[in-house]
Amino acid sequence: MQEYSVEMRGIVKRFGSVTASDQVDFSANAGEIHALLGENGAGKSTVMSMLSGVYRADEGEILIHGKPAKIRSPKDAAMLGVGMVFQNFRLVQTLTAAENIVLGEKSSFWRGRNWIKNKHKEIEELAERFGLKFPVDRPIWQLSVGEQQRVEIVKTLYRGADIIILDEPTSVLTPGEVEGLFSTLRRMKQEGKTVIMTTHKMKEVMASSDRISVMRKGKMIATLVTKDTDEREVARLMVGREVVIERQEREATEGEELLNVKNLSVYADHGRKALDGLSLSVRKGEIVGVAGVAGNGQKELAEVLTGLRTWREGEIIFDGSPVKTASVRGAIDSGISHVPENRMKSGLAGRLGSVDNLLFKSYRSEEHSTFGFLKAAKNRIWSEELVRKFDVKTPELDTPVQQLSGGNQQKLLFAREVTHRPKLMVAVHPTQGLDVGATAGVHELLMELRASESGVLLISEDLDELLQLSDRILVIYNGAIIGEETHETADRERIGLMMAGIRSREESMV
Amino acid sequence: MSQEKASGRALSGPVKQTSGGRLPWRLEYDSSRIRTPWWTPIVSVALALVLCAIFIYANGMSPVTVYSKMFKGAFGTSYGITETLVKAIPLLLCGLGIAVAYRISVWNIGAEGQLTVGAMAATAVTVYFPNLPGFWSILLMLIFGVAAGAFWGLLTAIPKTHFGVNELITSLMLNYVALLALDYVVFGPWKDPNGFNMPGSPVFTDAQSLPVLGATRLHIGLIFALVAVVIYYLMVRFTRWGYELRLIGANQTAARYAGIHIKRHIIIVMLISGGLAGLAGMAEVSGVSHKLMQGISPGYGYTAIIVAWLAKLNPLGLVVTSVLFGGLIVGGFSVQTIGLPSSISEMLQGAILFFLIAGDMVTRFRIRRGA
Amino acid sequence: MDFVTPLLIAAISAGTPLLLATLGGILNERAGILQLGAEGLMLMGAVTTCIVFIRTENLGVALLASVGVTALFGLIHAFLCITLRANQTMSGLAMTLFGSGFSAYLGKSISGNPLPGVLPRLHLDFLKPVPVIGDIFGNLDVLTWLSFVLVIVLHLLIHRTSWGLHLRAVGDSPATADVMGVHVRLIRYGYVTIGAMLIGLAGADMVLTVAPTWNEGLTAGRGWIAVGLVIFARWNPVRALLCAYFFGALDSLGFRMQLLGSAIPPYFLKMIPYVVTILVLMYLGYRNRNKPSGTPESLGVPYVREQRF
Repeated sequence: MQEYSVEMRGIVKRFGSVTASDQVDFSANAGEIHALLGENGAGKSTVMSMLSGVYRADEGEILIHGKPAKIRSPKDAAMLGVGMVFQNFRLVQTLTAAENIVLGEKSSFWRGRNWIKNKHKEIEELAERFGLKFPVDRPIWQLSVGEQQRVEIVKTLYRGADIIILDEPTSVLTPGEVEGLFSTLRRMKQEGKTVIMTTHKMKEVMASSDRISVMRKGKMIATLVTKDTDEREVARLMVGREVVIERQEREATEGEELLNVKNLSVYADHGRKALDGLSLSVRKGEIVGVAGVAGNGQKELAEVLTGLRTWREGEIIFDGSPVKTASVRGAIDSGISHVPENRMKSGLAGRLGSVDNLLFKSYRSEEHSTFGFLKAAKNRIWSEELVRKFDVKTPELDTPVQQLSGGNQQKLLFAREVTHRPKLMVAVHPTQGLDVGATAGVHELLMELRASESGVLLISEDLDELLQLSDRILVIYNGAIIGEETHETADRERIGLMMAGIRSREESMV
Repeated sequence: MSQEKASGRALSGPVKQTSGGRLPWRLEYDSSRIRTPWWTPIVSVALALVLCAIFIYANGMSPVTVYSKMFKGAFGTSYGITETLVKAIPLLLCGLGIAVAYRISVWNIGAEGQLTVGAMAATAVTVYFPNLPGFWSILLMLIFGVAAGAFWGLLTAIPKTHFGVNELITSLMLNYVALLALDYVVFGPWKDPNGFNMPGSPVFTDAQSLPVLGATRLHIGLIFALVAVVIYYLMVRFTRWGYELRLIGANQTAARYAGIHIKRHIIIVMLISGGLAGLAGMAEVSGVSHKLMQGISPGYGYTAIIVAWLAKLNPLGLVVTSVLFGGLIVGGFSVQTIGLPSSISEMLQGAILFFLIAGDMVTRFRIRRGA
Repeated sequence: MDFVTPLLIAAISAGTPLLLATLGGILNERAGILQLGAEGLMLMGAVTTCIVFIRTENLGVALLASVGVTALFGLIHAFLCITLRANQTMSGLAMTLFGSGFSAYLGKSISGNPLPGVLPRLHLDFLKPVPVIGDIFGNLDVLTWLSFVLVIVLHLLIHRTSWGLHLRAVGDSPATADVMGVHVRLIRYGYVTIGAMLIGLAGADMVLTVAPTWNEGLTAGRGWIAVGLVIFARWNPVRALLCAYFFGALDSLGFRMQLLGSAIPPYFLKMIPYVVTILVLMYLGYRNRNKPSGTPESLGVPYVREQRF
């Protein structure tokens, strides 16, 4: 009988009323790259978090190298040789890369210069062995995202992990960096390590893995050998139905220009130049997608357009008149609505109920208040109608919105942003963390806005979403738009290259 | 080398049996319990009384005697009740000011100083315009008192909004500055020439004193305070401004995204907060002590913090808690006759706050059996 | 003697309690827990020292008692903030209010009584011939020397040992530290308790050197100044030493100017430390408006392990 290096049997994990992991069985071998595939919210990360001791399973058992293991904490997991590279890195920003790697080591109390020098050497050698490179003596906040990921990987290796879990490792990398990561993973595999990678990206799975396990809605659907299957089959398992990959045909929009941004330069919080001479335009009835790797100025672009941030140089013309100063109220009043990146952080007030959350942007209007007093009864009726119309499932109107599901929170937010017929909507990662049904709902709403002659600026990291919805896709890199594709001609690979800063084929050859 | 280490560990089998060292139950945080039950303030007060009873007992006194003495002193006689209400006035005014600031997480602990400068400004009117007719004198004292308190609040607000300085430190430092300034005027320029060289301003004339209710020491500052409660309640509950405070209190970032100017609101609430404390100071000199002197406030500004927190920043609750704490202060004075220091009431106040913040959180946990 | 040397001596004398309290605050805040109860802790430390010293006439026992009592207060603060995840601001405030009330209550019986002794001083006669240095260091008390040692020990602890690495990690990113097998709760409990003990020792030092008798509220806001000094010192023990002596100098400057017959009323001179605290913090805020201030990133945020991302 074959002994797996990792075996999970009948794992159940509930968060309140939600079952994130429902009787999941999973196993992986030493010397293989095993991909755990599933859509956002399918439960991949939850299952892996239980293997690495971040969560405790409510039911089920875990075997490591054939022996039952009790994993109560990350420490227990580390003792068993399980290491995890999280999607949001677990690095202390103010410590150096080396300090992060040795963190938690109790071997030596005193750490003089010699000790540090020796450690630096040891870490560099280890990194080299797996083809990883980064400056060991610099604080994390000075490193790029790719470098930070390498620190994370070396950290698990340094701690002697032979079962390495990577949670959505490619989502923060450029295509070139992804190649580098895969070659590192192959070296680990050659050294006999068990590599488990969660992802929702089909192409990468097919290119890199030995076996694929597919999860859907908290359940394990199937485990397949990569070379015996194809993209179509895996996609069908993942989504639960045949996926329509082709894009919808649509009429090209010929609406008049709504937003025109010329040569915009913006400085971010610590004096870094976040937008560098960026120009773009949005027409009425047009969805313009902005693609790019996180941290290339998307956040600042959204903030400038919604009045949250001032700009240094450049011009913004909205609806025929120039915008003079950054003002959130000004933006709201002129008909710009905003679906921010993190809805619980900046979009909703979790402690308050639906009425207060729906009033956010319109409480100043004549419709909702008079002489400084809110029209309480009228606002309640108005909120009830909105909640019904947008099918927000909430026990009561006054239930704190933090108790609603992610999908219902997003519906509530859209209800607020759409109800006053915005001229322009700036939507940032609007479907992040939503299940398939809720995502489809959001897409429908965006298409409805388009049909009603509103403009939409859709900033997203999900290339499929952009390809499906956008009339035009702009690629942002280092604070500037470096390429544009139309709905009909958009090409995944070309956009991927541009996201890495490579403009054309000639450039990629060099 | 790391690999050998790992396989060695991995093969060593089940790592550790920790169940022996664990408690048979554990506390589990329940994030859905946001609202604390109504009875936590009552239980906190009771527990604080028990804790202090232990200290009193250790001091060789019977806690029952002490507490009943305190209760009788505060609520047992009509004199005691009016005294309690007299003490409740500044607590209610300062507490309202603190509540409005805490609603948006501006931790003003400077009510003591704001009250002091309010009292000083009101006294300045009596010193520099001694012969104004009654109505004008009181009105001017009122305006000066409120304005001075508001200005003192502004001195806390501006460093916070424009320089990012923690308002706790600023407001507290300003308390000491205000108290030193008070010392300066009562020992120096405003000292009563006929005061037998005692520190303190000349005694106010009738025109400079707030009218009292009947034959008691209870002055119409009580009306000011109750009017302030009603206005505050209406403002917070029904106005756009109240809604904006609610939003900022619940989620600052989201409020900013909704176009609310947070800095402007911080300045506004500090002006209100300081102004109300200044009003309390004016009422104290003009209604109670009738002259400016050291110790014009026996720590009203600090007690008001607990008053506000105990009332959960609710204006109607504040009416109850300020009377309760007014009684605590009066009761504290009454036990001095049996040889206990009046600081027992301060101690009780601190203990109540301890149990209150613990109680707010404890109710969010539930006990689970099994590790 | 000149003007500077006595001022330096006075600065060290008045600055030592501030230094001890600031060091305690640094440990607290480096671990990610706000300590706004410093004022109350100093008062508790001071009153305990007085009571036990007068009762037992043994200084060592008195100091141990004051450290023990404040450790208990530190544990309560830790329990509220770490285990119950209570509002750290309010917990600190409660500690200050309770500390000032309780210390006044306890100290009533001995208020104004002289203490039966002073801190022993180290007479370093070999330093005597050296100008300035000899005057300053030749005759310092043991707590001052202890504070020097603590500055060095804490500096090395934070930057040169595994414990210090864990401390920094816990304050900046407890989730990371936890995943790496660092015991976040234990470390936070430990440093909050040790920090409270140092602040208590600051109170003891204050009553033994600055005002050799118990008076209600004798710290007069020094605890709060120390809270400001923690920021001023950017959470660094060596800078804490310089900042504390700077404030010590300001504190005694008023007194010196009065002796020299200054025309400024003493009340205004006494305001200097409070006003300067605000001005310095404003200056730091202005200067650091565009860069990270060095604040531990998770300061004031309770750490919850099983959080769903």
